[in-house]
Amino acid sequence: MRLEPIANPGWRRRLGMPLLALLATVLVASGLALIAGAEPFATLGLIVKGAVGSKFALLETLNRATPLIFTGLSVAVAFRAKLWNIGAEAQLYAGAIVAVVLGTGAVGAPLVLPVTAMAAMLAGAVVLLGPVLLKTRAGVDEVVTTLLLNFIMLLLVSYLLEGPMKDPAGMGWPKSAALIREARLPRLIEGLRLHWGFGVALIAAAVIWLIQTRSTLGFEMRAVGQSVVAARFAGMPVNAVLVKTALISGGLAGLGGWSEVAGLKGHLSLDLSPGFGYTGIIVAMLALLHPLGVVVAALFVAGIFVGSDSMSRAAGVPTYIADMLLAVALLFMVLAILLSKFRVVRG
Amino acid sequence: MSALFEILVSASFWAAAVRIASPLIFACMGELICERAGVLNLGIEGIMVIGAFTGWMAVYQGMPLWGGVGVAMAAGMLFGLLHGVLVVPFGLSQHVVGLGVTLLATSTSSFAYRLMLPQVTSPPKIEPFQMVEIPVLSDIPLLGAALFSQTALTYAAFAVAGLVGWVLFRTPLGLAVRAAGENPAAVEAQGLSVTGLRLGAVVVGSGLMAVGGAFLTLSAFSSFFFEMVNGRGWICVALVVFGGWRPGKAVLGAVLFAAFDALQIRLQQTPIGGHLPYQVFLMAPYVLSILALVLMSRRAEVPAALMVPYNKGER
Amino acid sequence: MISAQGGVQDVVLRLDGVTKRFGPLLANDAISLSLRRGEVVALLGENGAGKTTLMNILFGHYLADAGQIEVFGVVLPAGNPRVALAAGVGMVHQHFTLADNLSVIDNIRLGTERLFSLGKAGLARGRVAALARDFGLMVDPDARVGALSVGERQRVEILKALYRDARILILDEPTAVLTPQETDALFATLRRATGLGLSIIFISHKLHEVMAIADRAVVLRQGRVVGDVVVAGTDGAALAALMVGGAVVMPEVLAREAGPVVLRLRDVVTRDAGAAPGLKSVGLDLRAGQIVGLAGVSGNGQAALADLISGLRRPYSGTFQVAGQAVPRWSPQAAIGAGIARIPEDRHKTGTIADFSLTENAVLERYKAAFSRRGWMDWAAAVRFATGIIAKYDVRCPGPSARIRLLSGGNMQKLILGRVLEPGPAIILANQPVRGLDVGAIAYVHAQLIAARDAGAAVLLISEDLDEIIRLSDVVHVISEGRLSPGFARGAMSAAELGLWMAGGGYADAA
Repeated sequence: MRLEPIANPGWRRRLGMPLLALLATVLVASGLALIAGAEPFATLGLIVKGAVGSKFALLETLNRATPLIFTGLSVAVAFRAKLWNIGAEAQLYAGAIVAVVLGTGAVGAPLVLPVTAMAAMLAGAVVLLGPVLLKTRAGVDEVVTTLLLNFIMLLLVSYLLEGPMKDPAGMGWPKSAALIREARLPRLIEGLRLHWGFGVALIAAAVIWLIQTRSTLGFEMRAVGQSVVAARFAGMPVNAVLVKTALISGGLAGLGGWSEVAGLKGHLSLDLSPGFGYTGIIVAMLALLHPLGVVVAALFVAGIFVGSDSMSRAAGVPTYIADMLLAVALLFMVLAILLSKFRVVRG
Repeated sequence: MSALFEILVSASFWAAAVRIASPLIFACMGELICERAGVLNLGIEGIMVIGAFTGWMAVYQGMPLWGGVGVAMAAGMLFGLLHGVLVVPFGLSQHVVGLGVTLLATSTSSFAYRLMLPQVTSPPKIEPFQMVEIPVLSDIPLLGAALFSQTALTYAAFAVAGLVGWVLFRTPLGLAVRAAGENPAAVEAQGLSVTGLRLGAVVVGSGLMAVGGAFLTLSAFSSFFFEMVNGRGWICVALVVFGGWRPGKAVLGAVLFAAFDALQIRLQQTPIGGHLPYQVFLMAPYVLSILALVLMSRRAEVPAALMVPYNKGER
Repeated sequence: MISAQGGVQDVVLRLDGVTKRFGPLLANDAISLSLRRGEVVALLGENGAGKTTLMNILFGHYLADAGQIEVFGVVLPAGNPRVALAAGVGMVHQHFTLADNLSVIDNIRLGTERLFSLGKAGLARGRVAALARDFGLMVDPDARVGALSVGERQRVEILKALYRDARILILDEPTAVLTPQETDALFATLRRATGLGLSIIFISHKLHEVMAIADRAVVLRQGRVVGDVVVAGTDGAALAALMVGGAVVMPEVLAREAGPVVLRLRDVVTRDAGAAPGLKSVGLDLRAGQIVGLAGVSGNGQAALADLISGLRRPYSGTFQVAGQAVPRWSPQAAIGAGIARIPEDRHKTGTIADFSLTENAVLERYKAAFSRRGWMDWAAAVRFATGIIAKYDVRCPGPSARIRLLSGGNMQKLILGRVLEPGPAIILANQPVRGLDVGAIAYVHAQLIAARDAGAAVLLISEDLDEIIRLSDVVHVISEGRLSPGFARGAMSAAELGLWMAGGGYADAA
């Protein structure tokens, strides 16, 4: 077999293929439910109901989507420039650490919110800067370095929570002291359990979209991602573009850490992120790396997680079905994107 | 200082190093085969998990230990086939698909574990591979205990490494696999199928990765935990670079790495360990891997067509 | 068609009605041809005439829509690369299919032994040595291919085919990368081969070579056979007319007084980059209103010189002046700023970004200087610029927002021409500007370069095609292993003499 590019793929193909991928994912979900001894349609229904079936469920999904928008944007920005940042998890924790260090009394109101936000972005950016400088200066592949940094960062958090940042009133639990009240993000809408982190995430998505489509930096980032050789020949400062991309990407993930701490948890703990950094990769890919698509994809992914949790309690299908479905959706989606642009021919 | 010296001359230390190296050697050889053929396989982490789980589960269900190894290998090959089909004939991003395969294999393991053992709080244990002392050789001081009082699976790891080196560099098959990773067009022009060679390499390599995972459950810990692979796959990707894509050097790198790992475990129990938080020791393997990458990345000869998909019609 | 009496047994290869369509393009239109034992048939045609497609079908890389292929009287099953090889057909590709990091002997052995066997390294070595002796193809079997010269690599390619017992050799543009002297050596090898009963298909568009080596010429034009003639009974002019199908007027270069020096290199040295040599004490002047041609076999430092002038590389030592000033902090950006128009060697990989639109590709070099304000792109201005180029340079495309990967090579090159010529450059670096283009596009690109020169630009034309260099250049330099020959004025040097310099012989005589 051979792949032949389609000169001008029609909208039917471009829309149909991703829809087919989604349909295939639903089929797999049904199959998994059957294997687990549950009724497929009921299981799917329970997932949907658990995700959006009530005001509580919907708010839960929106809250869960918030960090995923940040990490999804982080990954989307980086991948667009072919910077393989697999370390959003570490960058998110770096942001959270700094937010807690500065937000537990070191900085007072009214500056504490902007200061912690900026510092968290900076911290996330710095964490990604290392691997990127290793890439541009020493030619070290960033995939493995960013991956390994995730493990290192978790151990660092573990150390901090058992040592210098341990909450003296935490009764032995490895968690930090709580943020001061002024460092907490207010509710987005009074009376609803949804914090301003979600609003900031939406603003971030819009800003990134503007940068990518309208700014010279966005043009450079896309050019570097498509062809380093052509970008360099055209006079673009390739290494500087990669560094700027890294700062934005790491900053977004760091902001995600800040949003979780300041908006939801109020303190740092080892279970702050159940893999938001890794899930961000899925979000970004499902969104075809489009910043506005990231918002939609993050809501979808969050819905699957929240829905599966609730389904699992009701129907007894293990909650890990969520991770499986996302992995399957990711693989189907990359294949669908390919098939919307190429046709498989014999010979 | 004397504590350090005592550790370094103790047979049990080197035996531990060789034991810790064994799963890494299997997985490294698997990744090395894939990359020599031109395919980066980031599915490695998840494939090790599925190998650890299926091997253990098979034995728990009553299969013999070697049967468990076989089941693990088959499971790894299945996920390898998935990775291979998506990145070889379809030429999809090896990064993205690899991470997807890791997520799929990991979550499949967790899902299946919960389905098959819904009620247990701590995972059941199995009877693992036993130590096999090789007569005479195991009596050699230091070296004997380190190398020749190990489980059969450890001996197999070294045998596999030798076999991989021999096949890659001494047989027509190995030549073809290496050429597929250097210049696929040259392979195609000589009437061989790049797709076939690369797919085969990814499937076989993934089988070895899964055996590396199975080592953890069948030889090292005799039980399965969700987090047990814990980045070993990623470390192997780094070790392959460190070894310059050569099986011998990769084995050496794995043993060296394992020695450092064994050392940090022992240092935790010395007075030095009292002064430093244990997390610093646990970080050491990951920090070492990054250092290894930094040291070697400039010198290594990367297969020229690594991560370059091949599409016949394109020119 | 061969008549029944005319020695049917002698026919070793027969193509019958081979047809291949790529979308709307009919690449091969019912092509029939035959090849006899000991015969050299030239397959002649311009770029895009369908030669390469035909050979890809013969080798099973493409599946023909119609027609069949017979080798030694047996019909080849379609679509399987193994069968052509097994039937005794060997191909020497224009772009060598060798693995650089493997040894010569490994490249030759690859795919010849059963995969699941122990191999026969010792036997292979002996056979290769014997073949090398018989055909005059000397090369070190243990050398890494990446360390070999282009001529040596070609020998390895031929050895590869002979090692597989090829009785039919197909050579795709084999002389494009050779010096005239190396070409003579290749022809000697080919004559030995036909003397031993091999048959050869020689793909080329160089008429004098076809006249020198071929017995028969089959001429392709737009996918069809338009002539099948015995070479001894025709002449170059007749073949050219067949090939082009009516006269294409090649632009003429009228003599012109050269202006002041606008780019000067003195004793410039650059570092070697892997196997590619750097520049070794190069002196070069580019003058306004003058085309300087750089001849040479590929891989002799052209890349280093082109990279230097493009801004991709800095001199290690020596003087590098643009418009009388030493260049500060040299970079692609600085080169563009200094008014250097750069037409890169590889328009697909270096010159354009395949998935970017024509607009985006048109502003790729000057997006910051001319199409943005305070960090924000002025897309409206960019689209106007691209639309202007499309109209003025006759770029055939669906529109400025179409992805550039959809364009033919000629149209892609026209967009690049527009991009670099519109700002009115003082210096033009044209690196292989017509490689792979069809006749019409070649004439167009050459006319644009000549017009720019007449308007006062200094042009450096780098090409491996000696005919192109001689036809266009006011002054010719030859580059060999990073050294530059003195400049020869138009008409002051024959192709044979330039060939001597290309082989590195000029310096030995001078010393």
